[in-house]
Amino acid sequence: MNYSEKLTPSILSVKPSGIRRFFDIVNEMDHVISLSVGEPDFQTPWHVRQAGISSLEQGKTWYTPNRGFRELCQEITKFYQRKYNLTYSPTEECVVTVGGSEAIDVAIRCMASRGDEVLIPQPSFVCYEPLTVMAGATPVIIETRAEDAFRLKPEQLEEKITERTKLLILPYPNNPTGGIMERADLEAIAAVVKKHDLMVLSDEIYSELTYEGKQHVSIASIDGMHERTVVINGFSKSYAMTGWRLGYALAPKEIAEMLVKLHQFCIMSAPTTAQYAAIEALRNGDSDIEEMRNEYDMRRRFVVGSLNKMGLTCFKPEGAFYCFPCIKSTGLSSEEFCTRLLQSKHVALVPGSAFGESGEGYVRLSYSYSIKHLTRAMELIRDFLKELQDESNG
Amino acid sequence: MDKLLRLLSENSAFTTAQLAMMLDEPEDYIKAQIAEYESSGVIRGYQAVVNWDEVPDSGVMAMIELKVAPQLQKGFDDIAEKILDYKEVESVYLMAGSYDLLLTVKGRTIQEISSFVAKRLAAMNGILSTATHFMLKRYKENGVSLVDVKKDGREMVI
Repeated sequence: MNYSEKLTPSILSVKPSGIRRFFDIVNEMDHVISLSVGEPDFQTPWHVRQAGISSLEQGKTWYTPNRGFRELCQEITKFYQRKYNLTYSPTEECVVTVGGSEAIDVAIRCMASRGDEVLIPQPSFVCYEPLTVMAGATPVIIETRAEDAFRLKPEQLEEKITERTKLLILPYPNNPTGGIMERADLEAIAAVVKKHDLMVLSDEIYSELTYEGKQHVSIASIDGMHERTVVINGFSKSYAMTGWRLGYALAPKEIAEMLVKLHQFCIMSAPTTAQYAAIEALRNGDSDIEEMRNEYDMRRRFVVGSLNKMGLTCFKPEGAFYCFPCIKSTGLSSEEFCTRLLQSKHVALVPGSAFGESGEGYVRLSYSYSIKHLTRAMELIRDFLKELQDESNG
Repeated sequence: MDKLLRLLSENSAFTTAQLAMMLDEPEDYIKAQIAEYESSGVIRGYQAVVNWDEVPDSGVMAMIELKVAPQLQKGFDDIAEKILDYKEVESVYLMAGSYDLLLTVKGRTIQEISSFVAKRLAAMNGILSTATHFMLKRYKENGVSLVDVKKDGREMVI
Protein backbone atom coordinates (compact mmCIF):
# COMPACT_ATOMS: atom_id res chain seq x y z
CA MET A 1 0.00 0.00 0.00
CA ASN A 2 1.22 3.51 -0.65
CA TYR A 3 0.97 4.82 2.88
CA SER A 4 2.21 8.28 2.01
CA GLU A 5 -1.12 8.78 0.23
CA LYS A 6 -2.88 7.78 3.43
CA LEU A 7 -0.97 10.23 5.60
CA THR A 8 -1.28 14.01 5.63
CA PRO A 9 1.23 16.20 3.80
CA SER A 10 1.87 17.97 7.12
CA ILE A 11 3.10 14.94 9.04
CA LEU A 12 5.08 13.75 6.04
CA SER A 13 6.81 17.12 5.82
CA VAL A 14 7.90 17.08 9.47
CA LYS A 15 11.57 16.13 9.74
CA PRO A 16 12.47 13.48 12.32
CA SER A 17 14.14 14.90 15.43
CA GLY A 18 17.88 15.41 15.06
CA ILE A 19 18.44 14.30 18.64
CA ARG A 20 16.60 11.06 17.99
CA ARG A 21 18.75 10.17 14.99
CA PHE A 22 21.95 10.75 16.91
CA PHE A 23 20.75 8.70 19.83
CA ASP A 24 19.93 5.70 17.77
CA ILE A 25 23.73 5.51 17.28
CA VAL A 26 24.44 6.09 20.97
CA ASN A 27 22.07 3.33 22.01
CA GLU A 28 24.01 0.82 19.92
CA MET A 29 27.21 1.48 21.89
CA ASP A 30 28.36 0.19 25.28
CA HIS A 31 29.86 2.22 28.14
CA VAL A 32 28.91 5.61 26.78
CA ILE A 33 29.53 8.61 29.04
CA SER A 34 26.51 10.65 28.17
CA LEU A 35 26.06 14.38 28.69
CA SER A 36 23.02 14.40 26.55
CA VAL A 37 19.79 13.89 28.42
CA GLY A 38 17.45 16.82 28.94
CA GLU A 39 16.05 15.94 32.33
CA PRO A 40 17.16 16.28 35.95
CA ASP A 41 19.33 13.51 37.41
CA PHE A 42 17.63 14.04 40.77
CA GLN A 43 14.72 11.90 41.77
CA THR A 44 11.41 13.56 42.56
CA PRO A 45 11.65 14.66 46.23
CA TRP A 46 10.42 11.89 48.50
CA HIS A 47 7.59 13.89 50.12
CA VAL A 48 6.23 14.59 46.64
CA ARG A 49 6.40 10.94 45.61
CA GLN A 50 4.73 10.03 48.86
CA ALA A 51 1.78 12.33 48.13
CA GLY A 52 1.31 10.46 44.84
CA ILE A 53 1.60 7.08 46.55
CA SER A 54 -0.81 8.09 49.28
CA SER A 55 -3.42 9.16 46.71
CA LEU A 56 -3.12 5.72 45.10
CA GLU A 57 -3.45 4.00 48.48
CA GLN A 58 -6.66 5.92 49.03
CA GLY A 59 -7.93 4.71 45.68
CA LYS A 60 -8.03 8.15 44.08
CA THR A 61 -7.78 6.82 40.56
CA TRP A 62 -10.51 8.67 38.68
CA TYR A 63 -10.33 11.44 36.10
CA THR A 64 -9.87 14.91 37.48
CA PRO A 65 -11.86 17.94 36.27
CA ASN A 66 -10.85 18.74 32.67
CA ARG A 67 -8.85 21.80 33.61
CA GLY A 68 -7.20 20.05 36.58
CA PHE A 69 -8.00 19.91 40.29
CA ARG A 70 -9.14 23.26 41.59
CA GLU A 71 -6.70 22.89 44.50
CA LEU A 72 -3.83 22.41 42.08
CA CYS A 73 -4.86 25.40 39.96
CA GLN A 74 -4.98 27.44 43.16
CA GLU A 75 -1.45 26.37 44.09
CA ILE A 76 -0.19 27.08 40.55
CA THR A 77 -1.60 30.59 40.53
CA LYS A 78 -0.25 31.21 44.04
CA PHE A 79 3.15 30.05 42.83
CA TYR A 80 3.10 32.51 39.89
CA GLN A 81 2.01 35.26 42.24
CA ARG A 82 4.73 34.60 44.79
CA LYS A 83 7.56 33.91 42.33
CA TYR A 84 6.86 36.16 39.35
CA ASN A 85 4.35 38.65 40.64
CA LEU A 86 1.62 37.64 38.19
CA THR A 87 -2.05 37.29 39.02
CA TYR A 88 -4.23 34.64 37.38
CA SER A 89 -7.64 33.33 38.27
CA PRO A 90 -7.31 29.68 39.34
CA THR A 91 -10.80 28.89 38.11
CA GLU A 92 -10.72 30.68 34.77
CA GLU A 93 -7.14 31.26 33.64
CA CYS A 94 -5.32 28.02 34.41
CA VAL A 95 -5.32 24.63 32.71
CA VAL A 96 -3.30 21.60 33.81
CA THR A 97 -1.84 19.59 30.94
CA VAL A 98 0.20 16.49 30.15
CA GLY A 99 3.60 18.13 30.53
CA GLY A 100 4.49 21.52 29.15
CA SER A 101 4.57 19.83 25.73
CA GLU A 102 0.82 19.32 25.54
CA ALA A 103 0.25 22.91 26.62
CA ILE A 104 2.53 24.09 23.79
CA ASP A 105 0.68 21.96 21.24
CA VAL A 106 -2.76 23.01 22.39
CA ALA A 107 -1.80 26.69 22.59
CA ILE A 108 -0.31 26.73 19.08
CA ARG A 109 -3.33 24.93 17.65
CA CYS A 110 -5.68 27.37 19.35
CA MET A 111 -3.86 30.45 18.12
CA ALA A 112 -2.37 29.65 14.70
CA SER A 113 -3.81 28.05 11.58
CA ARG A 114 -3.45 28.06 7.80
CA GLY A 115 -2.11 31.33 6.53
CA ASP A 116 -0.65 32.39 9.88
CA GLU A 117 3.03 32.77 10.61
CA VAL A 118 4.56 31.71 13.91
CA LEU A 119 7.89 33.24 14.91
CA ILE A 120 10.31 30.79 16.48
CA PRO A 121 13.68 31.90 17.88
CA GLN A 122 16.35 29.23 17.39
CA PRO A 123 18.40 27.47 18.69
CA SER A 124 15.52 26.18 20.76
CA PHE A 125 13.66 23.07 21.86
CA VAL A 126 12.75 20.94 18.90
CA CYS A 127 8.95 20.83 19.16
CA TYR A 128 7.79 24.32 18.16
CA GLU A 129 8.43 23.99 14.44
CA PRO A 130 6.70 20.62 13.85
CA LEU A 131 3.75 21.55 16.06
CA THR A 132 3.32 24.77 14.08
CA VAL A 133 3.38 22.79 10.84
CA MET A 134 0.82 20.34 12.22
CA ALA A 135 -1.42 23.27 13.13
CA GLY A 136 -1.31 24.22 9.46
CA ALA A 137 0.59 27.46 10.10
CA THR A 138 4.00 28.50 8.80
CA PRO A 139 7.03 28.55 11.08
CA VAL A 140 9.33 31.56 10.63
CA ILE A 141 12.72 31.13 12.25
CA ILE A 142 14.63 33.91 14.02
CA GLU A 143 18.27 33.03 14.57
CA THR A 144 19.62 34.24 17.90
CA ARG A 145 23.37 34.75 18.22
CA ALA A 146 26.06 33.89 20.75
CA GLU A 147 27.28 37.51 20.72
CA ASP A 148 23.80 38.55 21.94
CA ALA A 149 23.96 35.86 24.67
CA PHE A 150 21.35 34.04 22.56
CA ARG A 151 18.74 36.62 23.56
CA LEU A 152 16.02 37.68 21.14
CA LYS A 153 16.66 41.23 19.92
CA PRO A 154 13.76 43.55 19.02
CA GLU A 155 15.26 44.48 15.63
CA GLN A 156 15.56 40.79 14.71
CA LEU A 157 11.94 40.31 15.68
CA GLU A 158 10.77 43.38 13.77
CA GLU A 159 12.59 42.19 10.66
CA LYS A 160 10.63 38.93 10.51
CA ILE A 161 7.16 40.32 11.15
CA THR A 162 4.73 40.34 8.21
CA GLU A 163 1.01 40.96 7.96
CA ARG A 164 0.52 37.24 8.53
CA THR A 165 2.49 37.05 11.77
CA LYS A 166 0.24 35.86 14.56
CA LEU A 167 2.28 34.37 17.35
CA LEU A 168 5.76 34.66 18.85
CA ILE A 169 7.25 31.71 20.71
CA LEU A 170 9.48 32.90 23.55
CA PRO A 171 11.53 29.95 24.84
CA TYR A 172 13.43 31.34 27.86
CA PRO A 173 15.33 30.23 29.93
CA ASN A 174 16.49 28.48 26.81
CA ASN A 175 17.19 24.89 25.94
CA PRO A 176 19.85 24.34 24.47
CA THR A 177 21.78 27.60 24.95
CA GLY A 178 21.11 28.37 28.61
CA GLY A 179 20.29 31.95 27.55
CA ILE A 180 17.75 34.00 29.51
CA MET A 181 15.80 37.21 28.89
CA GLU A 182 16.03 39.97 31.49
CA ARG A 183 13.38 42.58 32.15
CA ALA A 184 14.91 45.19 29.82
CA ASP A 185 15.15 42.62 26.98
CA LEU A 186 11.52 41.67 27.51
CA GLU A 187 10.35 45.27 27.59
CA ALA A 188 11.93 45.87 24.18
CA ILE A 189 10.32 42.72 22.78
CA ALA A 190 6.96 43.60 24.36
CA ALA A 191 6.96 46.97 22.61
CA VAL A 192 7.29 45.28 19.21
CA VAL A 193 4.70 42.64 20.09
CA LYS A 194 2.17 45.30 21.12
CA LYS A 195 2.90 47.47 18.10
CA HIS A 196 2.10 44.58 15.74
CA ASP A 197 -0.73 43.17 17.85
CA LEU A 198 0.88 39.72 18.26
CA MET A 199 0.32 37.00 20.84
CA VAL A 200 3.19 35.40 22.77
CA LEU A 201 3.62 31.81 23.86
CA SER A 202 6.14 32.07 26.69
CA ASP A 203 7.64 28.66 27.43
CA GLU A 204 8.96 29.07 30.98
CA ILE A 205 9.60 25.42 31.83
CA TYR A 206 13.11 26.26 33.17
CA SER A 207 11.95 29.37 35.06
CA GLU A 208 13.19 28.10 38.43
CA LEU A 209 16.65 27.32 37.12
CA THR A 210 18.40 30.65 36.70
CA TYR A 211 21.81 31.59 38.08
CA GLU A 212 24.12 34.51 38.84
CA GLY A 213 21.42 35.96 41.05
CA LYS A 214 19.18 36.63 38.07
CA GLN A 215 15.55 35.81 38.80
CA HIS A 216 13.34 34.73 35.94
CA VAL A 217 11.03 37.43 34.62
CA SER A 218 7.89 36.45 32.72
CA ILE A 219 7.00 38.60 29.72
CA ALA A 220 3.40 38.44 30.97
CA SER A 221 4.46 40.70 33.84
CA ILE A 222 5.50 43.51 31.47
CA ASP A 223 2.94 46.27 31.14
CA GLY A 224 0.14 45.36 28.72
CA MET A 225 1.47 41.83 28.11
CA HIS A 226 -0.71 39.82 30.52
CA GLU A 227 -3.58 40.00 28.01
CA ARG A 228 -1.48 38.81 25.07
CA THR A 229 0.61 36.04 26.64
CA VAL A 230 0.07 32.35 27.16
CA VAL A 231 2.51 31.22 29.85
CA ILE A 232 3.59 27.58 29.71
CA ASN A 233 5.27 25.91 32.65
CA GLY A 234 5.33 22.56 34.43
CA PHE A 235 6.82 20.36 37.09
CA SER A 236 9.38 18.36 35.10
CA LYS A 237 12.46 20.53 35.45
CA SER A 238 11.87 22.50 38.65
CA TYR A 239 10.72 19.56 40.79
CA ALA A 240 12.48 16.75 38.87
CA MET A 241 9.11 15.29 37.86
CA THR A 242 9.61 14.51 34.16
CA GLY A 243 8.03 11.07 34.26
CA TRP A 244 4.88 12.33 35.98
CA ARG A 245 3.98 14.22 32.80
CA LEU A 246 2.47 17.35 34.25
CA GLY A 247 2.50 20.92 33.03
CA TYR A 248 0.16 23.86 32.74
CA ALA A 249 -0.82 26.95 30.82
CA LEU A 250 -1.83 30.31 32.25
CA ALA A 251 -3.69 32.60 29.89
CA PRO A 252 -6.38 35.27 29.73
CA LYS A 253 -9.83 33.79 30.38
CA GLU A 254 -11.00 33.90 26.74
CA ILE A 255 -7.95 31.96 25.60
CA ALA A 256 -7.78 29.59 28.58
CA GLU A 257 -11.39 28.56 27.84
CA MET A 258 -10.36 27.49 24.34
CA LEU A 259 -7.27 25.68 25.64
CA VAL A 260 -9.51 23.74 28.01
CA LYS A 261 -11.92 22.96 25.17
CA LEU A 262 -9.19 21.41 23.00
CA HIS A 263 -7.48 19.76 25.99
CA GLN A 264 -10.70 18.08 27.11
CA PHE A 265 -11.36 16.60 23.68
CA CYS A 266 -7.84 15.32 23.06
CA ILE A 267 -6.65 14.41 26.56
CA MET A 268 -9.66 14.57 28.91
CA SER A 269 -7.59 15.37 31.97
CA ALA A 270 -3.94 15.26 33.06
CA PRO A 271 -2.77 12.27 35.17
CA THR A 272 -4.56 12.16 38.53
CA THR A 273 -1.72 10.77 40.66
CA ALA A 274 0.66 13.37 39.26
CA GLN A 275 -1.77 16.15 40.17
CA TYR A 276 -1.86 15.05 43.81
CA ALA A 277 1.93 14.94 43.88
CA ALA A 278 2.15 18.38 42.23
CA ILE A 279 -0.05 19.96 44.92
CA GLU A 280 2.45 18.74 47.52
CA ALA A 281 5.38 19.97 45.40
CA LEU A 282 3.96 23.49 45.15
CA ARG A 283 3.05 23.63 48.83
CA ASN A 284 6.25 22.28 50.35
CA GLY A 285 8.85 22.06 47.59
CA ASP A 286 10.55 25.46 47.53
CA SER A 287 13.57 24.19 49.43
CA ASP A 288 13.92 21.19 47.11
CA ILE A 289 14.17 23.56 44.17
CA GLU A 290 16.79 25.62 45.93
CA GLU A 291 18.90 22.59 46.76
CA MET A 292 18.82 21.33 43.19
CA ARG A 293 19.49 24.79 41.78
CA ASN A 294 22.59 25.17 43.99
CA GLU A 295 23.88 21.83 42.81
CA TYR A 296 23.26 22.67 39.13
CA ASP A 297 24.95 26.02 39.65
CA MET A 298 28.11 24.41 40.99
CA ARG A 299 28.20 21.99 38.07
CA ARG A 300 27.55 24.83 35.63
CA ARG A 301 30.57 26.76 36.87
CA PHE A 302 32.70 23.65 36.79
CA VAL A 303 31.72 22.71 33.23
CA VAL A 304 31.95 26.23 31.79
CA GLY A 305 35.32 26.75 33.50
CA SER A 306 36.64 23.41 32.24
CA LEU A 307 35.46 24.01 28.67
CA ASN A 308 36.96 27.48 28.51
CA LYS A 309 40.21 26.14 29.93
CA MET A 310 40.49 23.55 27.18
CA GLY A 311 39.89 26.21 24.55
CA LEU A 312 36.22 25.65 23.71
CA THR A 313 34.66 29.09 23.91
CA CYS A 314 31.55 28.77 25.97
CA PHE A 315 28.88 31.37 26.40
CA LYS A 316 28.15 31.48 30.14
CA PRO A 317 24.68 30.02 30.48
CA GLU A 318 22.40 31.77 32.96
CA GLY A 319 19.52 29.34 32.97
CA ALA A 320 18.37 25.73 32.49
CA PHE A 321 21.05 22.99 32.80
CA TYR A 322 22.86 23.14 29.49
CA CYS A 323 26.09 24.59 28.12
CA PHE A 324 26.35 25.39 24.45
CA PRO A 325 30.04 25.61 23.60
CA CYS A 326 31.21 26.75 20.18
CA ILE A 327 33.21 24.09 18.33
CA LYS A 328 33.93 26.10 15.18
CA SER A 329 37.64 26.29 16.11
CA THR A 330 37.93 22.54 15.42
CA GLY A 331 36.84 22.99 11.82
CA LEU A 332 34.26 20.23 12.26
CA SER A 333 30.50 20.49 11.85
CA SER A 334 28.55 19.89 15.06
CA GLU A 335 27.42 16.50 13.88
CA GLU A 336 30.96 15.49 12.87
CA PHE A 337 32.28 16.71 16.22
CA CYS A 338 29.71 14.69 18.17
CA THR A 339 30.12 11.58 16.04
CA ARG A 340 33.91 11.61 16.31
CA LEU A 341 33.82 12.35 20.05
CA LEU A 342 31.44 9.45 20.49
CA GLN A 343 33.58 7.08 18.43
CA SER A 344 36.89 8.13 19.90
CA LYS A 345 36.02 8.73 23.57
CA HIS A 346 32.51 7.32 23.96
CA VAL A 347 31.25 10.67 25.18
CA ALA A 348 27.81 11.65 23.90
CA LEU A 349 26.83 15.29 23.37
CA VAL A 350 24.03 16.58 21.16
CA PRO A 351 24.91 18.41 17.92
CA GLY A 352 23.75 22.02 18.08
CA SER A 353 22.27 21.63 14.62
CA ALA A 354 19.52 19.46 16.14
CA PHE A 355 18.07 22.69 17.60
CA GLY A 356 17.88 24.55 14.31
CA GLU A 357 20.34 25.62 11.63
CA SER A 358 21.66 28.41 13.81
CA GLY A 359 22.89 25.76 16.25
CA GLU A 360 25.45 24.65 13.68
CA GLY A 361 28.96 25.13 15.05
CA TYR A 362 27.81 24.41 18.62
CA VAL A 363 27.14 21.35 20.76
CA ARG A 364 24.74 20.94 23.67
CA LEU A 365 26.14 19.57 26.84
CA SER A 366 23.81 18.80 29.73
CA TYR A 367 25.24 19.19 33.22
CA SER A 368 22.41 17.28 34.77
CA TYR A 369 24.95 14.69 35.93
CA SER A 370 27.05 14.09 39.05
CA ILE A 371 30.30 16.02 39.42
CA LYS A 372 32.17 12.74 39.25
CA HIS A 373 30.57 11.94 35.90
CA LEU A 374 31.19 15.48 34.63
CA THR A 375 34.84 15.40 35.74
CA ARG A 376 35.47 12.23 33.77
CA ALA A 377 33.65 13.59 30.72
CA MET A 378 35.67 16.83 30.80
CA GLU A 379 38.94 14.84 30.86
CA LEU A 380 37.83 12.85 27.84
CA ILE A 381 36.72 15.92 25.88
CA ARG A 382 40.06 17.54 26.63
CA ASP A 383 41.89 14.44 25.35
CA PHE A 384 39.71 14.46 22.24
CA LEU A 385 40.55 18.10 21.49
CA LYS A 386 44.22 17.31 21.90
CA GLU A 387 43.87 14.46 19.43
CA LEU A 388 42.24 16.81 16.92
CA GLN A 389 45.02 19.30 17.41
CA ASP A 390 47.77 16.69 16.99
CA GLU A 391 46.01 15.55 13.84
CA SER A 392 45.98 19.02 12.31
CA ASN A 393 49.60 19.65 13.36
CA GLY A 394 50.88 16.39 12.19
CA MET B 1 27.89 23.81 56.00
CA ASP B 2 31.06 25.17 54.42
CA LYS B 3 30.80 24.25 50.73
CA LEU B 4 34.54 23.70 50.36
CA LEU B 5 34.59 21.20 53.21
CA ARG B 6 31.53 19.46 51.85
CA LEU B 7 33.17 19.03 48.44
CA LEU B 8 36.46 17.83 49.93
CA SER B 9 34.69 15.38 52.19
CA GLU B 10 32.92 14.00 49.13
CA ASN B 11 36.07 13.81 47.04
CA SER B 12 39.43 14.93 48.39
CA ALA B 13 40.98 14.27 44.97
CA PHE B 14 39.44 17.44 43.50
CA THR B 15 42.23 19.75 42.41
CA THR B 16 42.28 23.30 43.72
CA ALA B 17 41.59 24.47 40.13
CA GLN B 18 38.44 22.33 39.99
CA LEU B 19 37.30 23.50 43.41
CA ALA B 20 37.90 27.10 42.40
CA MET B 21 35.66 26.68 39.35
CA MET B 22 32.90 24.94 41.28
CA LEU B 23 32.86 27.51 44.06
CA ASP B 24 33.48 30.53 41.84
CA GLU B 25 36.46 31.65 43.91
CA PRO B 26 40.07 32.40 42.91
CA GLU B 27 42.33 29.38 43.11
CA ASP B 28 44.69 31.16 45.51
CA TYR B 29 41.81 31.73 47.91
CA ILE B 30 40.94 28.01 47.81
CA LYS B 31 44.58 27.08 48.46
CA ALA B 32 44.78 29.47 51.40
CA GLN B 33 41.49 28.22 52.80
CA ILE B 34 42.62 24.60 52.64
CA ALA B 35 45.97 25.48 54.24
CA GLU B 36 44.10 27.18 57.07
CA TYR B 37 41.82 24.19 57.60
CA GLU B 38 44.88 21.94 57.67
CA SER B 39 46.83 24.05 60.13
CA SER B 40 43.90 24.62 62.46
CA GLY B 41 43.14 20.89 62.51
CA VAL B 42 39.74 21.06 60.84
CA ILE B 43 41.16 18.91 58.05
CA ARG B 44 43.14 16.06 59.59
CA GLY B 45 44.00 14.05 56.51
CA TYR B 46 42.90 12.74 53.13
CA GLN B 47 41.91 9.13 52.50
CA ALA B 48 40.48 7.00 49.75
CA VAL B 49 37.15 5.31 50.42
CA VAL B 50 38.13 1.66 49.99
CA ASN B 51 35.68 -1.19 49.78
CA TRP B 52 37.78 -3.68 51.76
CA ASP B 53 35.28 -6.42 50.96
CA GLU B 54 36.68 -6.38 47.45
CA VAL B 55 40.29 -6.70 48.60
CA PRO B 56 41.54 -10.27 49.24
CA ASP B 57 43.04 -10.94 52.68
CA SER B 58 42.16 -7.48 53.91
CA GLY B 59 41.26 -8.80 57.35
CA VAL B 60 38.18 -8.38 59.53
CA MET B 61 36.48 -5.47 61.21
CA ALA B 62 34.57 -5.33 64.47
CA MET B 63 32.52 -2.72 66.27
CA ILE B 64 33.12 -2.90 70.01
CA GLU B 65 30.86 -1.36 72.60
CA LEU B 66 32.56 -0.50 75.87
CA LYS B 67 31.04 0.34 79.21
CA VAL B 68 33.49 2.47 81.10
CA ALA B 69 33.70 3.82 84.64
CA PRO B 70 34.22 7.56 84.20
CA GLN B 71 37.07 9.10 86.17
CA LEU B 72 36.75 12.02 88.46
CA GLN B 73 37.05 15.30 86.52
CA LYS B 74 38.39 13.57 83.41
CA GLY B 75 35.20 11.69 82.53
CA PHE B 76 35.85 9.38 79.59
CA ASP B 77 38.64 11.36 77.91
CA ASP B 78 41.56 9.73 79.65
CA ILE B 79 40.59 6.19 78.83
CA ALA B 80 39.50 7.12 75.28
CA GLU B 81 42.90 8.66 74.63
CA LYS B 82 44.64 5.55 75.91
CA ILE B 83 42.51 3.36 73.66
CA LEU B 84 43.11 5.36 70.49
CA ASP B 85 46.84 4.68 70.74
CA TYR B 86 46.33 1.01 69.84
CA LYS B 87 47.10 0.60 66.16
CA GLU B 88 44.25 -1.95 65.85
CA VAL B 89 41.74 0.78 66.70
CA GLU B 90 40.43 2.68 63.67
CA SER B 91 37.97 4.96 65.39
CA VAL B 92 36.72 5.85 68.86
CA TYR B 93 33.45 7.61 69.68
CA LEU B 94 31.82 8.62 72.95
CA MET B 95 28.17 7.66 72.75
CA ALA B 96 24.93 8.51 74.47
CA GLY B 97 22.84 5.46 75.34
CA SER B 98 23.37 2.02 76.81
CA TYR B 99 27.15 1.99 76.49
CA ASP B 100 29.87 4.65 76.57
CA LEU B 101 32.55 4.15 73.93
CA LEU B 102 32.18 2.69 70.47
CA LEU B 103 35.31 1.47 68.68
CA THR B 104 35.96 0.13 65.25
CA VAL B 105 38.81 -2.31 65.32
CA LYS B 106 40.66 -3.94 62.48
CA GLY B 107 42.54 -7.25 62.60
CA ARG B 108 43.83 -9.98 60.35
CA THR B 109 41.56 -12.66 61.79
CA ILE B 110 38.62 -13.00 64.20
CA GLN B 111 41.03 -14.63 66.64
CA GLU B 112 43.36 -11.65 66.52
CA ILE B 113 40.54 -9.25 67.36
CA SER B 114 39.21 -11.55 70.10
CA SER B 115 42.62 -11.71 71.64
CA PHE B 116 43.01 -7.90 71.43
CA VAL B 117 39.67 -7.44 73.21
CA ALA B 118 40.35 -9.98 75.90
CA LYS B 119 43.98 -9.22 76.62
CA ARG B 120 44.18 -5.50 76.01
CA LEU B 121 40.84 -3.76 76.16
CA ALA B 122 38.94 -5.74 78.77
CA ALA B 123 42.02 -5.75 80.95
CA MET B 124 42.29 -1.97 81.07
CA ASN B 125 41.46 -0.19 84.29
CA GLY B 126 38.02 1.34 84.19
CA ILE B 127 36.56 -0.94 81.49
CA LEU B 128 33.42 -2.49 82.94
CA SER B 129 32.30 -4.62 80.01
CA THR B 130 32.77 -5.16 76.28
CA ALA B 131 30.48 -6.36 73.47
CA THR B 132 32.10 -7.25 70.18
CA HIS B 133 30.18 -7.24 66.87
CA PHE B 134 31.98 -8.58 63.80
CA MET B 135 31.20 -6.85 60.55
CA LEU B 136 29.85 -9.12 57.80
CA LYS B 137 29.34 -6.85 54.83
CA ARG B 138 29.76 -3.18 53.97
CA TYR B 139 26.98 -1.35 52.12
CA LYS B 140 27.99 2.27 52.57
CA GLU B 141 31.18 3.90 53.82
CA ASN B 142 31.74 7.61 54.54
CA GLY B 143 28.66 8.60 52.56
CA VAL B 144 29.71 6.51 49.57
CA SER B 145 27.54 3.60 48.47
CA LEU B 146 29.52 0.40 48.08
CA VAL B 147 26.66 -1.32 46.32
CA ASP B 148 27.00 -1.47 42.53
CA VAL B 149 26.16 1.90 41.04
CA LYS B 150 22.61 2.05 39.74
CA LYS B 151 22.43 2.46 35.98
CA ASP B 152 21.27 5.87 34.78
CA GLY B 153 17.64 5.10 34.12
CA ARG B 154 17.01 8.17 31.99
CA GLU B 155 15.97 7.61 28.41
CA MET B 156 16.87 9.80 25.51
CA VAL B 157 13.64 11.39 24.36
CA ILE B 158 12.98 13.48 21.23
